[in-house]
Amino acid sequence: MAALRSSASVMLGAAVSRPALRSAAAAPAAVRGMAQLANGAQHSTTASGDQPRLKTFQIYRWNPDTPTEKPRMQSYTLDLNKTGPMVLDALIRIKNELDPTLTFRRSCREGICGSCAMNINGTNTLACLCRIPAESNAEMKIYPLPHTYVVKDLVPDLTQFYKQYKSIKPYLQRDTPAEDGKEYRQSKADRKKLDGLYECILCACCSTSCPSYWWNSEEYLGPAILLQSYRWLADSRDEKKAERKDALNNSMSLYRCHTILNCTRTCPKGLNPGLAIAQIKKEMAFS
Amino acid sequence: MITQRAGTTALRRVAGKSNGFFTTNVAKLALAQPLSTTQTRPVATQKMTFADETELLAKQRLNRPVSPHLAIYDKQQTWFGGSIWQRITGSAFSGGMYIFATAYLVAPLMGWHLESASLAASFGALPLAVKGGLKFLAAWPFTFHAFNGVRHILFDIGVGFKRQTVVKTGWYIWGASLVSGLYLAFFF
Repeated sequence: MAALRSSASVMLGAAVSRPALRSAAAAPAAVRGMAQLANGAQHSTTASGDQPRLKTFQIYRWNPDTPTEKPRMQSYTLDLNKTGPMVLDALIRIKNELDPTLTFRRSCREGICGSCAMNINGTNTLACLCRIPAESNAEMKIYPLPHTYVVKDLVPDLTQFYKQYKSIKPYLQRDTPAEDGKEYRQSKADRKKLDGLYECILCACCSTSCPSYWWNSEEYLGPAILLQSYRWLADSRDEKKAERKDALNNSMSLYRCHTILNCTRTCPKGLNPGLAIAQIKKEMAFS
Repeated sequence: MITQRAGTTALRRVAGKSNGFFTTNVAKLALAQPLSTTQTRPVATQKMTFADETELLAKQRLNRPVSPHLAIYDKQQTWFGGSIWQRITGSAFSGGMYIFATAYLVAPLMGWHLESASLAASFGALPLAVKGGLKFLAAWPFTFHAFNGVRHILFDIGVGFKRQTVVKTGWYIWGASLVSGLYLAFFF
């Protein structure tokens, strides 16, 4: 991005004619806009120079077609000059050019779908929001979300996670009809309470970063689902708060949280599941 | 960004042969048959009951490996986590208390001398480094547990959850507990 910007501004500063600007700016745009490079001719015009910047990615592989084979790490080396800035760009390029059997989930490439959640260099994050550190030559290690059943390569089985989400009834529950017969109104202050909660995209980064969830994922709901729980507990329009709290009032669902706070540290959206859980605990203690 | 993308697609169109192929054939296809609004796919799905689903999942899980966790997760968060050390130090103290209390109880039967006076005398005979070391082994878990306990109380009332605060206070507690543990061991 920086390289592109500087080259574009240089061109603007020189006040060259429009077609010249467009063609000059388009070449680097093609390089970083696409995960893979269209052809070699474009590469020779990049601003980054001819020096290849090689980066090795070690990626967890396991194939369900040969289930007896142990999971292994496979390394791929890419030239960062020809790769987009994010880890997802690198993965897509590896899949397109080096190894089409590499399997991973991805969709929006802008951190709103939560598909590409994986463990990158030790912490869970979205591959599309995780920059490839260009300053160091260290290998990058990419694993599926920790302590999940692996479907294939970087694809974890999230069935249990979604079941748990379903179990907290993630929808508005009311008995009384709306006053004006049209919609359930909410004050601005009440709406504000949902900020930092509604943005959650259920990528499961936080839940699978939690050691407590690793050991108790069958019964403990985990940070992501508890954040969602609190999203409905905090909603002024919801009328089933007592039932919601009742459902959490046991030793496993909520209280397996020991404020380890890996969840808060890992959330790729900058949300705070740890705080949400603390709020639930507080509400439960004083109700 | 959008203009860059437009440039990208334009370049792709010019460079890629497949696009040209596609556009020329669309016309032919459209002539050959009326545009269909439904899509057919060779893959069939089947309706399953909840029990079947659970059974299938259990069967699949038998084959699936569990992805690595403790071994690969950020060491700073797993091995130096305040929460787990709170538990370890707390268990060490309560475990130590139970062991000593039991030993004290059976001491007359076994002929051990665990009275304060004899313990103090035998401890006093040790060299300074050993004395300090042993005291540190008791002092550090105590200070860590105390400081981190305060942090946990603050967490319980909803304070200190900002990401930077979590990281910083974690390290502060390690520093403070080591320094105060050393102080208690060697200067107290």
